[in-house]
Amino acid sequence: MSTVAGEMDHHDHHHHAPSGITRWLFTTNHKDIGSMYLWFSFIMFLVGGSMAMVIRAELFQPGLQLVDPHFFNQMTTVHGLIMVFGAVMPAFTGLANWMVPMMIGAPDMALPRMNNWSFWILPFAFAILLASLFMEGGGPAFGWTFYAPLSTTYSSDSTALFVFSVHIMGISSIMGAINVIVTIMNMRAPGMTYMKMPLFVWTWFITAFLLIAVMPVLAGAVTMVLTDKYFGTSFFDAAGGGDPVLFQHIFWFFGHPEVYIMILPSFGIISAIIPAFSRKKLFGYSSMVYATAAIAGLSFIVWAHHMFTTGMPVAAEIFFMYATMLISVPTGVKVFNWVATMWRGSISFETPMLFALAFVILFTIGGFSGLMLAITPVDFQYHDTYFVVAHFHYVLVSGAIFSIMAAAYYWLPKWTGYMYDETLAKWHFWCSLISVNVLFFPMHFAGLAGMPRRIPDYSLQFADINQIVSIGGFAFGLSQLIFLWVVIKCVRGGEKAPAKPWEGAEGLEWTVPSPAPYHTFETPPEVK
Amino acid sequence: MSTRLITALLASIPLAASAQSQLNLTQGVTEISQRVYDLHMTIFYICCVIGVIVFGAMFVSMILHRKSKGHKPATFHENVKVEILWTVIPFLILVGMAIPATKTLFAMEDASEAEVTVLVTGSQWKWHYKYFDRDVEFFSLLATRQDQINNRLDKGENYLLEVDRPLVIPTDTKVRFLVTSDDVIHSWWVPDFAVKKDANPGFINEAWTKVDKPGIYRGQCAELCGKDHGFMPVVVIAKEPAEYEAWISEQEAIAKAEKEEEQRLLSMSMSKEELMELGERIYLGSCAACHQANGEGIPGVFPSLKGTEMVMNDKAGHIDIVVNGKAGTAMQAFGNQLSLRELAAVITYERNAWGNDTGDLIQAADVNDYLNN
Repeated sequence: MSTVAGEMDHHDHHHHAPSGITRWLFTTNHKDIGSMYLWFSFIMFLVGGSMAMVIRAELFQPGLQLVDPHFFNQMTTVHGLIMVFGAVMPAFTGLANWMVPMMIGAPDMALPRMNNWSFWILPFAFAILLASLFMEGGGPAFGWTFYAPLSTTYSSDSTALFVFSVHIMGISSIMGAINVIVTIMNMRAPGMTYMKMPLFVWTWFITAFLLIAVMPVLAGAVTMVLTDKYFGTSFFDAAGGGDPVLFQHIFWFFGHPEVYIMILPSFGIISAIIPAFSRKKLFGYSSMVYATAAIAGLSFIVWAHHMFTTGMPVAAEIFFMYATMLISVPTGVKVFNWVATMWRGSISFETPMLFALAFVILFTIGGFSGLMLAITPVDFQYHDTYFVVAHFHYVLVSGAIFSIMAAAYYWLPKWTGYMYDETLAKWHFWCSLISVNVLFFPMHFAGLAGMPRRIPDYSLQFADINQIVSIGGFAFGLSQLIFLWVVIKCVRGGEKAPAKPWEGAEGLEWTVPSPAPYHTFETPPEVK
Repeated sequence: MSTRLITALLASIPLAASAQSQLNLTQGVTEISQRVYDLHMTIFYICCVIGVIVFGAMFVSMILHRKSKGHKPATFHENVKVEILWTVIPFLILVGMAIPATKTLFAMEDASEAEVTVLVTGSQWKWHYKYFDRDVEFFSLLATRQDQINNRLDKGENYLLEVDRPLVIPTDTKVRFLVTSDDVIHSWWVPDFAVKKDANPGFINEAWTKVDKPGIYRGQCAELCGKDHGFMPVVVIAKEPAEYEAWISEQEAIAKAEKEEEQRLLSMSMSKEELMELGERIYLGSCAACHQANGEGIPGVFPSLKGTEMVMNDKAGHIDIVVNGKAGTAMQAFGNQLSLRELAAVITYERNAWGNDTGDLIQAADVNDYLNN
């Protein structure tokens, strides 16, 4: 390995990167682009999070105190859109950019110029979306699911901006996905067969196919919303021969694979971290790969479980109930494999591991409520209540976002060359863990007791629960500032990180020095 | 503030320990809602058992197999038998869950042989109920006062869960609901019946219930339907069949009398004071949600009525849009929602309030011309 490192030093001397802003504007380097994706997603996480704070502040007490219902709806809508498309997805793309080439022994992403473009259109997409909030009539207020005809006939003119910005996000995602697939298929180091790839690479590989399959469907949905609103079509208008429920079918045909897009890369991250800190090989590598593929496949035939109350025929309800329940089998396999990996290992509890363990438990709780939601007759009671809000925040916040935090701590030494402050990081973890549960666990009770989602005011029986939830929300929001502090501190300096800071870590990324040189693996490593 | 926080936190402790009805799904008042509740609890317990096993194994591992205790890692990393076992066992558990779920689902979806049928129509932001085979129909609006919502008055016991005219249905009778919408998608939900059905514009969905116990049952719209989605509750009163029969006959008689009164009033004129007083009341109940109490609307969403062209100059257009609505917008047709007097009063109010001062007085007879068009 020392020869490889020596060669890279040599190359760095001849590297003429532009400096200042142009370095970032024109960069085609996967590490630069990965960093930009990660910073962008963190900024969006704070923006979307501050909207959640507005929501929780309004819901702190019954009655309307701070915002009017129309603005409240804009907050729930834009919060959802930003967290899904602006925070979680770009964070995963950023991690893919940084880590996929380093994990498969490739020098960069296969299509570096497209890589630059797929990042740089994103800030414009979100600038457009956020700008729409300042339009006359306000921004999108129809929920992130933008059901027609609320989003067509009954929406304000910001809908046009919303549609345009979703198109740009979609283009960015598709380009990112193409890049990941081409890179993985063509640029693996000699000896790196498919079944030797780290699971993060595998899960992203499968995720990228999901993205290519469903982002065009989303583009179709928003385009139909646009033409229904402005150009006299009637895709979703019964008066013109259309059907508003058709919109939901199209949306969720995108939307369900989309939720797996936001969780499969997490599975990859957790499958890297748990073995590393258990000092034991991942249990059931091949079954992990097959389970991921099975989940991805099933994700295309379960969409209508979001629509049980729309009045589907019983036969369809039965089909979608069974198919949805089936997903818990491969998901269960994954959880069992992680537990088996830990079993009789030699476990230590550094921050990445803490987040990974919290992920396994809290994601599984989200899985349980997901299984409950799959049961059609009871879904009629749960549907569109806070039980659903609790469910998807468990899988998205304490699931996807916790895994992103775990990944950030795990690879920060590789990215920055310094160890992060473990004490502060542990503060971040424990504050997040406690507050996230105070925030989301009581929502289960509110939902079961009958509180609908997306309401700015509620009846008095929900007052106590909402107050607790809001306190948890503010605490969780503040806790994330600790993370910002840890990262900035780590970027600025600290204890020097060795090439492989984690005793049990495996993979090519740990064979290069920390921080990873600007160019890695210009000569492909040999994988045995 | 801080005392409130502490109270809230303290309150949560007994809340979590008791008051099952507060924190869990309702068992409801129908056979179906009881079955749904049982299904919910069964699956919840199964999840708890699985959770205890999986998390238990994790915690055992975290406690016993830690590096700080000097535990040396084992080297196993696959075991086909175990892997098959934990694929097959969950599958069998799922089959066990699917059987009762399927049975309950079939029972819920069988709306045949209903004795009473009610057409439920959602619109922004109220429900309309129409009894089949009986001459009774009415709108059901939120009855909570705006002052309570804006924290100027103390909130009542049924804050946001009270309506001016609840739906009344008989007990021990299979009641079928045909659910639809006039504008966006709404969802009609009464937790105690385990009935939640989307109201889709242009399509009719079917649901049913058979209530065991007389009582007042409250629910809410469950599908985001715009600005006042949180303010369109559902209230259903279940009465003994004999009481129900008496009630509906009375309603029929009242409706008939109202129609006759309406015709009689056509020839009468109301004074400006009467019109303005009634008009303001109707405006705040039916119009202010969109056009706002000050008549200025919400720019870009709901048009202003203050000093605008139609209100100031176009009397015919004004009456027409109130009576017949405007297709393709949120402006509903109020011709079938309000009486002629009320329509006349609210139009008069709009033409004279907020400094509009056109001096126009609209009478029931003026409105009647447009209604019959």
